[in-house]
Amino acid sequence: MDIDLITNVLYAMVRTGTPLLIVALGELVCEKSGVLNLGQEGMMLMGAVIGFIVTLTTGSLALGFIAAIIAGIVMSMMFAAIALGLSANQVATGLALTIFGTGLSAFIGSSYVGLPITGLNPIAIPVLSDIPIVGKMLFAQDLIVYLSFVLFAIIYWLFKHSRLGLTIKAVGENPHAANVIGLPVMRTRYLAVAFGGAMAGLAGGYLSLAYTPLWAENMTAGRGWIALALVVFATWRAERIILGAYLFGLASILNLVAQGLGYPVSPNLLAMMPYAATVLVLVMISNNVMKSKMYTPMSLGKPFHPHS
Amino acid sequence: MLFKLEPRGDASITMSYLSPVLAGILTLITGGIFFASLGHNPIDALSIFLLSPVSDLYGLAELGVKAAPIMLCAIGLALTFKAQVWNIGAEGQLLMGGVLASAIALALIDVESWWVLPLVLLGGMVGGAGWGLLAAWLRNRFNANEILTTIMFNYIALYFLLYLIHGSLKDPDGYGFPESALFSDSALMPIILQDTRLHLGIIFAVLAVVAAWVFISRSFVGFQIKVLGLDSNAAKLSGFKHKRLVVLVMMISGALAGLAGAGEVSGPIGQLIPSISPGYGYAAIIVAFLGRLNPIGIFFASLLMALIYMGGEIAQIELKVPLAVTSLFQGMLLFYLLACDVFINFKVKFAGKKTADKISVPTNTVVEK
Amino acid sequence: MNRPTVESSVNLYQLQLVDITKQYPGCLANDKVSLAIKAGEIHALLGENGAGKSTLMKMIYGVTKPDGGQIIWQGNNVDIKSPLMARNMGIGMVFQHFSLFETLTVTENIALALGDEAGDLKALASKIELVSEKYGMKLNPERHIHTLSVGERQRVEIVRCLVQDIKLLILDEPTSVLTPQEVDALFVTLRQLAQDGCSILFISHKLNEVKALCHSATVLRAGKVTGSCIPAQAGTTKMAQLMVGDDTPISTDYPKSTGADVFLNVTDLSQVSDDPFGTHLKNINFSVRSGEILGVAGVAGNGQEELLAALSGEHISSSSDKISFADKAVGTMDPRERRALGLAFVPEERLGRGAVPEMSLKDNSLLTGFLHGLVNKGFLNNEKMEEFSNQIIKDYKVKTPDNKTAAQSLSGGNLQKFIIGREIMQNPKLLVAAHPTWGVDIGAATAIHKALITLRDQGAAILVVSEDIDELFLISDRLCAICDGELSPTKATTDTSIEEVGQWMTGVF
Repeated sequence: MDIDLITNVLYAMVRTGTPLLIVALGELVCEKSGVLNLGQEGMMLMGAVIGFIVTLTTGSLALGFIAAIIAGIVMSMMFAAIALGLSANQVATGLALTIFGTGLSAFIGSSYVGLPITGLNPIAIPVLSDIPIVGKMLFAQDLIVYLSFVLFAIIYWLFKHSRLGLTIKAVGENPHAANVIGLPVMRTRYLAVAFGGAMAGLAGGYLSLAYTPLWAENMTAGRGWIALALVVFATWRAERIILGAYLFGLASILNLVAQGLGYPVSPNLLAMMPYAATVLVLVMISNNVMKSKMYTPMSLGKPFHPHS
Repeated sequence: MLFKLEPRGDASITMSYLSPVLAGILTLITGGIFFASLGHNPIDALSIFLLSPVSDLYGLAELGVKAAPIMLCAIGLALTFKAQVWNIGAEGQLLMGGVLASAIALALIDVESWWVLPLVLLGGMVGGAGWGLLAAWLRNRFNANEILTTIMFNYIALYFLLYLIHGSLKDPDGYGFPESALFSDSALMPIILQDTRLHLGIIFAVLAVVAAWVFISRSFVGFQIKVLGLDSNAAKLSGFKHKRLVVLVMMISGALAGLAGAGEVSGPIGQLIPSISPGYGYAAIIVAFLGRLNPIGIFFASLLMALIYMGGEIAQIELKVPLAVTSLFQGMLLFYLLACDVFINFKVKFAGKKTADKISVPTNTVVEK
Repeated sequence: MNRPTVESSVNLYQLQLVDITKQYPGCLANDKVSLAIKAGEIHALLGENGAGKSTLMKMIYGVTKPDGGQIIWQGNNVDIKSPLMARNMGIGMVFQHFSLFETLTVTENIALALGDEAGDLKALASKIELVSEKYGMKLNPERHIHTLSVGERQRVEIVRCLVQDIKLLILDEPTSVLTPQEVDALFVTLRQLAQDGCSILFISHKLNEVKALCHSATVLRAGKVTGSCIPAQAGTTKMAQLMVGDDTPISTDYPKSTGADVFLNVTDLSQVSDDPFGTHLKNINFSVRSGEILGVAGVAGNGQEELLAALSGEHISSSSDKISFADKAVGTMDPRERRALGLAFVPEERLGRGAVPEMSLKDNSLLTGFLHGLVNKGFLNNEKMEEFSNQIIKDYKVKTPDNKTAAQSLSGGNLQKFIIGREIMQNPKLLVAAHPTWGVDIGAATAIHKALITLRDQGAAILVVSEDIDELFLISDRLCAICDGELSPTKATTDTSIEEVGQWMTGVF
């Protein structure tokens, strides 16, 4: 394997891992507050299609990304209204969000399939991007990738050092106690869900505006679900999410590696890899029941209904 | 907030039956508004969507053709959901059933005998049950979350099907198209209504409905499944075998979905193609909820879901709307259902501003010591 | 701590409640309740489970709002909108079921409650140390809550109130989770606080404690004030009457028994808990004879759950001879096999383990009754289920409209009578009961005690695990205690004392 190939694989790994990283960070915050939103896939798809349409019509990538984020938030608030506002089953509501988002995005985007736009371009940082092997991976990416580094740092700090992080953790562990000592349980949960929606929208936008860049039905191809597994894999810790996201990024570009090394493997078998890897990772992590219990937010997925 | 929710104490049975109806009506209204916003007369559009597909015998038969796989999948899902096992993998189990059934049908393509079809169908059930069993085993042995594993298995099953259809199961005389050869007649489902495509599958589906109803409401294993789902601690204390029940429901569910897959390839399709299911396995999730996890309810909900599939196809032609209108309606239906379901356990109390404070006390009266 | 100077008699009362009324769906929880507490006074709020004590103090703490009546704070009419507002006024509350976060540290827990006032965590930690030492409640601010004992957790709750400027401290059944020695220590702290001018509202149903600690008492029954008194003068009999009324019989004595042959035998049982927050069992040995009741005392979280799971078969032992029923090794048997050998079990959680909340009483009778003819060739025998459930309801005087009623809509006492009845109707040779009367009213508790004694006299071996030491002395023939996964020696009830069992509960044996 030559240096160029390694450099390019690392570059593609981070690029491919970025949408996973962004969604998973959003879901992390959401789950830390005790809410399990299985609608990531639906929110991502809506972000992708809305972002794409806005950019195509206005010609502005910035507007496209903003629209994608808004679309994600709007979707997440539909989830919140039912799962939090009406205390419905979170698993079922999340599934509904994914099914609904898949249908709605396909519907809205049907006349935009395959249309071209100019995607987000990488910005190489002078000097730094010339560092061998890791230079391209870290310093020749596009703005959203850089933004994802910042987001990671913020989330990491949030749960390590901030009062807000403490509040989110408390609400996710024991909402009844949190309520009794006067923490705003519902507000915290709504905001956490909205943040998750914003991140999913952004990640969807990244796929249709930077990664591909085009719109196709169901283009997220299960990334929302993989991100959910990633949070489990990371045992709800940000530093392990970033690691996991790039590992999955790597699993998704194995065809690139295979081609580069000159091994002809069926593309359909390689396409299974990220999903198979997800199952494998879930099995490895969950096997340690003790650890899973230790780190899972204690009230995850359980509805909390305040009544006066 | 102008209103607040108050727990009922006892769940309202009336509301639990009324809720799907209410959700259906709300979906209709939203659908009407939606068609109107696209410039169609809402009443006409809805009648094209929901009535025209079943205006003749052929249409009714088609309804049965589409309802059969949905019903089979949903019955199995309902069993798993009752046990609080979140099997989202009916789609993958259906695909694996279809793949194994096809492999058998293609291997026996030159055999003309009555036992070919039973073997094909059995193969489908084994394929689906095996795929379900794998997820059950991962959950029991490794504590792996079944929602995520079954979703992943759906993707893996799809790529596995694509892999085979581009490889060993591809028709050698098919000019390179990713399709298998057409099955022989002895591997095809008999038609039960002449001049239509209605095949034996619907009989299997109805039998599954009846068997599931007896199983859930009258058998002790069915009781154990319900207890496991409602209160796993009680199940454990009573000595019900948690892991065995998980394996059982996942295998039944997988087998039914696999049978649905086998029924598709050996029924209306007659060969293995890349898209043997337009998301029946996912639609079945909605159907299971819509039918209240009750076999009788699922029977009717499956018919409704089949109608939405047909309506989507007709709307695409007549109203020039994208086919995705089907999944849009499905998603809407499930959303409304979940919202309406809230009123099973809560009642709405309208209140002035004064009592609209958000302060709360724990809802559970039994608190851990 | 501000020491209020009683400048005028107008402002004599720290808190006055006037005609407080609260209606819940189907129940008038508080009916024109009035009481008054002076600064520096320790005031008892006495009443049975369900008398309306919790509702009342939740209104004082701003968790719930009254439907009618007035709350007067330092002479002013107030509308306490939230716990935050209550805390800012100087009201602190220690909950019976602690409102703490297991995975956070002591400092973090306290910081969360203080809001912006918490400031720098390091400064807060030293303040916590200061306050906790002043009142004799040693605490390490850096410890995570899940590593603390129940007594220590209560200290965190109290210190959380004390780091603020506090004028009224409400404690909800604070002694129910403590050993007798810890109770004494708590009383010292509370007296010191009162000396400093803080008013204390002490909620309890334990008359001796109220008598020992409180300056005055208000008694509630069924949501109404039935009287107020000075505990030191009134005497416990008078207070008991006010609490339960004249027509509820209270048994104070049952004959003791020595039992026959050993039925349950536990030998060298050690077990590592699979719960990260659980307790490991260490080398447990004991036996229960047919025809006797063995009581196991102990503070919650000392291995009771693990011991009970090992006995019920929910947790299967590594080798079969650790546990035996009448010399038959059962350690590796599952719950069903053990039931077939005569085990019956009453778990601590009556809803969500003892009974499925959403299911009818009829279905719930099948939950453990399935070995007794309710199932025929894999199918349910509807008539037998009907008969069995109705028999339980009749024999154990379960108040319910019918057997189709969901378990969750029964009161705690009635559901417990149903569960105990269901287990006893199966003619067990061994009954294991966890906290059989917690949270039930005295009438139901007496009925349950009588049922247990009757079962004992019919020759069953009975093991009762309870945190209520008075209950254990009342019904047990022999006693022991569990502490940090270890079991104390066993003694005949008549040969031991509350003090000795209290020592055992703290691990001194």
